[in-house]
Amino acid sequence: MRMGVPGLSAAGERPGLLWWLAVAVALTALMILPSFLNIAQQFNISIVFILALLALSMSFLWGYAGILSFGQTAFFGLGGYGFAVLALNLGETTFSLFAAILLAMLFAAVLGYFMIYGRISDIYLSVITLVVTLIFEKGMKSTSGEQYVIGKVRLNGQNGIPTVPSIKIPWHTAKELGIDGVFYLSAALLVLVYIGLRLLLTTPFGRVLVGIRENTRRIELLGYDSRRYKLAAFVICGGIAALAGVLFAVWNNFVAPEMFGLKRAAEVIVWVIVGGKTTLVGPIAGTAIVQMLKTNLGSQAVGEWLPLILGVVLMLVVLLFRDGLLPGIGSAIAWLYRRVRGSAA
Amino acid sequence: MQLLANYLYLIGYSFAIFVLISLGLAVIFGMMRVINLAQGEFIMLGAYACVEATKAGLPLWLAIIAAGLAVGAFGIVVERLIIRFLYGRILDTLLATWGLSLFLVGGVTIVYGPQSESVGATLGNFQIGDISYSRYTLIVIFVAVLSLVGTYALWRFTRFGLIVRGTMQNAAMANAMGINTGLVYMLTFGFGSALAGLAGAVLVPIVGASPQLGLSYIAKAFITVIAGGPLPLLGTSAASAVFSTIDGIISYHWSTVVSEVAVLLIAIVLLRLLPLGITGRLRRGL
Amino acid sequence: MNGAPVLQTLGLEKRFGGVHAIAGVDFALAEGELRCLIGPNGAGKSTFFKMVTGQIPPTAGRIVFAGTDITRAAAHEIGRLGIGIKNQVPDVFDGLTVRENLWLAARRGNAIAATRQIVGELMERLQLTDIAHRPVGELAHGQRQWVEIGMVLARRPRLVLLDEPSAGMSLEETNRTAALIREVNKSMTIVVVEHDMQFIRQIATKVTVFHHGQILVEDAFDRIMINPTVRDVYLGRQASA
Repeated sequence: MRMGVPGLSAAGERPGLLWWLAVAVALTALMILPSFLNIAQQFNISIVFILALLALSMSFLWGYAGILSFGQTAFFGLGGYGFAVLALNLGETTFSLFAAILLAMLFAAVLGYFMIYGRISDIYLSVITLVVTLIFEKGMKSTSGEQYVIGKVRLNGQNGIPTVPSIKIPWHTAKELGIDGVFYLSAALLVLVYIGLRLLLTTPFGRVLVGIRENTRRIELLGYDSRRYKLAAFVICGGIAALAGVLFAVWNNFVAPEMFGLKRAAEVIVWVIVGGKTTLVGPIAGTAIVQMLKTNLGSQAVGEWLPLILGVVLMLVVLLFRDGLLPGIGSAIAWLYRRVRGSAA
Repeated sequence: MQLLANYLYLIGYSFAIFVLISLGLAVIFGMMRVINLAQGEFIMLGAYACVEATKAGLPLWLAIIAAGLAVGAFGIVVERLIIRFLYGRILDTLLATWGLSLFLVGGVTIVYGPQSESVGATLGNFQIGDISYSRYTLIVIFVAVLSLVGTYALWRFTRFGLIVRGTMQNAAMANAMGINTGLVYMLTFGFGSALAGLAGAVLVPIVGASPQLGLSYIAKAFITVIAGGPLPLLGTSAASAVFSTIDGIISYHWSTVVSEVAVLLIAIVLLRLLPLGITGRLRRGL
Repeated sequence: MNGAPVLQTLGLEKRFGGVHAIAGVDFALAEGELRCLIGPNGAGKSTFFKMVTGQIPPTAGRIVFAGTDITRAAAHEIGRLGIGIKNQVPDVFDGLTVRENLWLAARRGNAIAATRQIVGELMERLQLTDIAHRPVGELAHGQRQWVEIGMVLARRPRLVLLDEPSAGMSLEETNRTAALIREVNKSMTIVVVEHDMQFIRQIATKVTVFHHGQILVEDAFDRIMINPTVRDVYLGRQASA
């Protein structure tokens, strides 16, 4: 067995038949699942897919490119708001979806250019992305006045924009996606993005990214301009976060400044460190576990205590499990197993 | 002339806010390299401590000092329980203090509720042209300058300051010379926390105490210290001067939100031009 | 000297604070040469290498490589122009396998098929085939050195800089490294920083001695060995130690 250097050596290799099979089974299961669920369950599970996309956008950057962007919520919010404003103005959703994502990617490109080409240190990048999302939240909250109108849509400050339309089927624009439709769409997109990122890792681009995380200086000495690769990864993940934001707006028919907020940004971190950042499945599992716990504990009772609990989880995980909760539990079990077997022998 | 006076006042007040909210962070992040995302919540705790102290009958000036000391003590507890395990793991300090920040916001909301509490400061107003400003803001400016000068003097002229600077430069060497570096780290963290508490207490009569108070300052504080660069005190003062000038002028003409966004944009452009911050090319000093 | 130098530095300087790590170095290297840099610790050899490869910017002076001024060039630009370096401390991708390390080096500027061929050849030549799938972080020091040398060679650079290539190697490994360097030198210009005199004896024709950030003397290996000044600053100290 290869030891667990957090390097994902295998990641560079093309996924095998077994992997494709597993993905196909997972996708089929997700497509069959809604017929066994009631509307409320479909609704609650869809949001897990959507937030898992957001978690993926953060963990891919962190785990594979070594970029810690704590402000993926900035792109999440931009995607949501962009879609809401465009769709309400245009009365059309397909173009709005793509335009909102492009808008967020453009913003990611500009922001990323200044940070990455400025060669500011990694830790500053983390803090600045966080600051950016906080400023967005604050800016958006202050748009309650009547003068803050884009086209015919009022931004409404703290109250957010209600009545965000659901996605209309492009070839049949009279029909909007219902709750089951959003379920199918977000499940399919999550699987697609997962496959896309997994395949991306097998390309030269993906391998160079991992090389940058492992040793940026060596990558540079080999003649790669690490900044270009980092910026590209930053923009791609900004796009994924924006996609999650659009889906969130559609799922909720609502966008509000909280999309940018510190609480949401912290939740993304919690999902990722619970699931571990060294795989792509980990963050998805982490999101699912944390979200399901949240829903099942009854958000009414927990609501007030949620930030408190989140905070304690963050502190404990950092102090006790450096590689993430699930991997940490995994190695604890492995250690116990060795101990038990060792004492038996 | 009147416009200039307004500018001067707004810039001076804005400078005071920048200095107050980022000075503690300059010590904790700038000198100790601990990314304390709970710094804003330390400010918030200072505000609540001041409210409680005045409720208990202390005069405002005494309540402000008490609040600073209380938050300093709280900072020492935090350092012992969390931070000291994480020195050198800069990223983990960020995550852990983020957790602490959420914990404190959540905890204070549960205890005090989401609404804001305040302390009256009856000093009246003064006029520049047709606009009237609160006299108390002059006190805020005074306290900001006092903390800046005081911190500088403490680091520069006292034995304690010398030991702290030596320890931050080279902890192993300081340890070898018989300095209890653990104690130095603890006290320095406490000092940075106390500065935050002081800031919150001084600002309470103006902004009130609410659980979300820290959130409104943390972003500003970080960009100030980051833009300041490697010399924490000089850098933070210089960055505060630059940002408050922009902030003062823009907030006079438009709104505080516009000015905040403008400050952020300028900070990001500044970092592209000077990746190491304003004092990036200077090697000596504080 | 046959023709224009492939690498030349003019009045090169590096100051760290008040310290002159490199204090005015005029260095010239002819195409096809195999040069050794020696000198006591802190003489500035590694700093010199790092400036030539763009890892740290010079304080003053110029660096010219094959007619191009690279004084202010970024590390990746210099890498593309054809300078490869093995740094003093093994500078590899610890979490990736041997094959992946070499692959990343060979891939830039090459098609997939060519990359595969280069990687295959190099693994054979450096006897890494058996450990192709092991993460480099798990390997012994000497093997990691080879992986790094392999990454440098995979780029087929015009100029190869090797900072202490034999450090941490067994005698047998050292001898193989010396043989490898001589063989590589048939097609590439090489500069080696080394402390091990036995090793230098095996490879060197011409030796440059650094001292206090300056070039003390430059001569053939045999003459360096009997040079009294060199003895004083370097060999003498080592002999008495």
